[in-house]
Amino acid sequence: MPVVAILICHQLRLASCVHVLKVEFSGGLELLFSNERSHKLGVPPKIYGDTSSDTRPADITFLIHHLRDNRLKERVELFMEGGTLRPGILVLVNDTDWELEGEGEYALKEGDKIVFISTLRGG
Amino acid sequence: MPPRICALCATNKAMLKRPKTGQQICRDCFFYVFETEVHNTITQSNLFKPGDRVAIGASGGKTVKRNQQQYSMPLKILSYDELYGWTMDAIVSQVGKKNNCTFCGVFRRQALDRGAAMLGVDHIVTGHNADDIAETVLMNIMRGDIARLGRCTSICTQGEDTIKRSKPFKYAYEKEIVMYAYFKKLDYFSTECIYSPDAYRDLEAARPSAIIDIIHSGEAFEIREEVKATQKVQQTCKRCGYMSSNDLCKACTLLEGLERGMANSGITDRGRKKLEAEGPAPDNLRTIPFYSGAATIAVETVPDQVPS
Repeated sequence: MPVVAILICHQLRLASCVHVLKVEFSGGLELLFSNERSHKLGVPPKIYGDTSSDTRPADITFLIHHLRDNRLKERVELFMEGGTLRPGILVLVNDTDWELEGEGEYALKEGDKIVFISTLRGG
Repeated sequence: MPPRICALCATNKAMLKRPKTGQQICRDCFFYVFETEVHNTITQSNLFKPGDRVAIGASGGKTVKRNQQQYSMPLKILSYDELYGWTMDAIVSQVGKKNNCTFCGVFRRQALDRGAAMLGVDHIVTGHNADDIAETVLMNIMRGDIARLGRCTSICTQGEDTIKRSKPFKYAYEKEIVMYAYFKKLDYFSTECIYSPDAYRDLEAARPSAIIDIIHSGEAFEIREEVKATQKVQQTCKRCGYMSSNDLCKACTLLEGLERGMANSGITDRGRKKLEAEGPAPDNLRTIPFYSGAATIAVETVPDQVPS
């Protein structure tokens, strides 16, 4: 579980245990995140699946859930839908379209800049 | 994953996957193809003439005001409250979260023409993109609105007494517009609609080229002459002078419903019948200032109300 992984990290307090990322929201999406465009946050390099031996690198899918659980302040339905990112939100990994980087499966690295831009509007 | 190389210049790292073609291209090639395509759209349809006075139609708050300063352009702000006597908040409190898009869309469209008439411009450009137009094509097909289906794919529309309107981004995908703004550090805000958070489009996820395909289908639609002949003729609204295919334009119909406490009368047949059963509109009904079309420079005073 992602949450477990974070707890372990915090308990160990090892600098090497987290990747520090820069996360940015724009296009109106920042309104859901305390109206802050830029966020700094740490994620564990590896996260645990159902068993403790089942680990995978922390990826963007993990980040999206982590942001929802820890940073999102309102209207989750404008950020996520059906357990994934809402269609119409563009993601850039170090300024590159995430479609070229494996989308949700992109493994996060120290210093990565991840940008979420909403292209959604009402009718 | 090794960095992918741009499919166009074969030199730089690809930074964007084009939804239109699936091509993976670098930032510089993207600027070049995006700008060239919009430029070609503009020149091929002769959108502008030298000396044209052009207004850019935009909705939104803070960003538009910031844009005004960034580009040093004059800005005319029109509020729904000023034009119709109703704010969007007040409309939503009457009609709820479901049908308010109808009000917003109809009121916005008319506000744009009225604002342009006040400024005396020749031409309004709007930021409608390929995604918007594909959505409109589908909506008009589902509603069976063949009159609008014919119009909605035109890059440029101009009625007899309406101001010319055009959509230079007609073939530009929303994703590319947003990416362009991001790479160029332009101030962009998608004005997420707070009144109808579920209004969104997801055609692209299924198959990116679907958007252009739908626009082309809309363009290729031919309506049989016999059917065309049954279409209502465009006229002007008896109450406010705006173009309309009925005695009353859609905005006046919607406003009357709001004013008489029967907001649904402009949306459902049942609502309309209920309104009609209550008799004609009262004389003191609040109405929209009379619209005198493109020739007018300023519409300041409220003329005498035209009886409906």
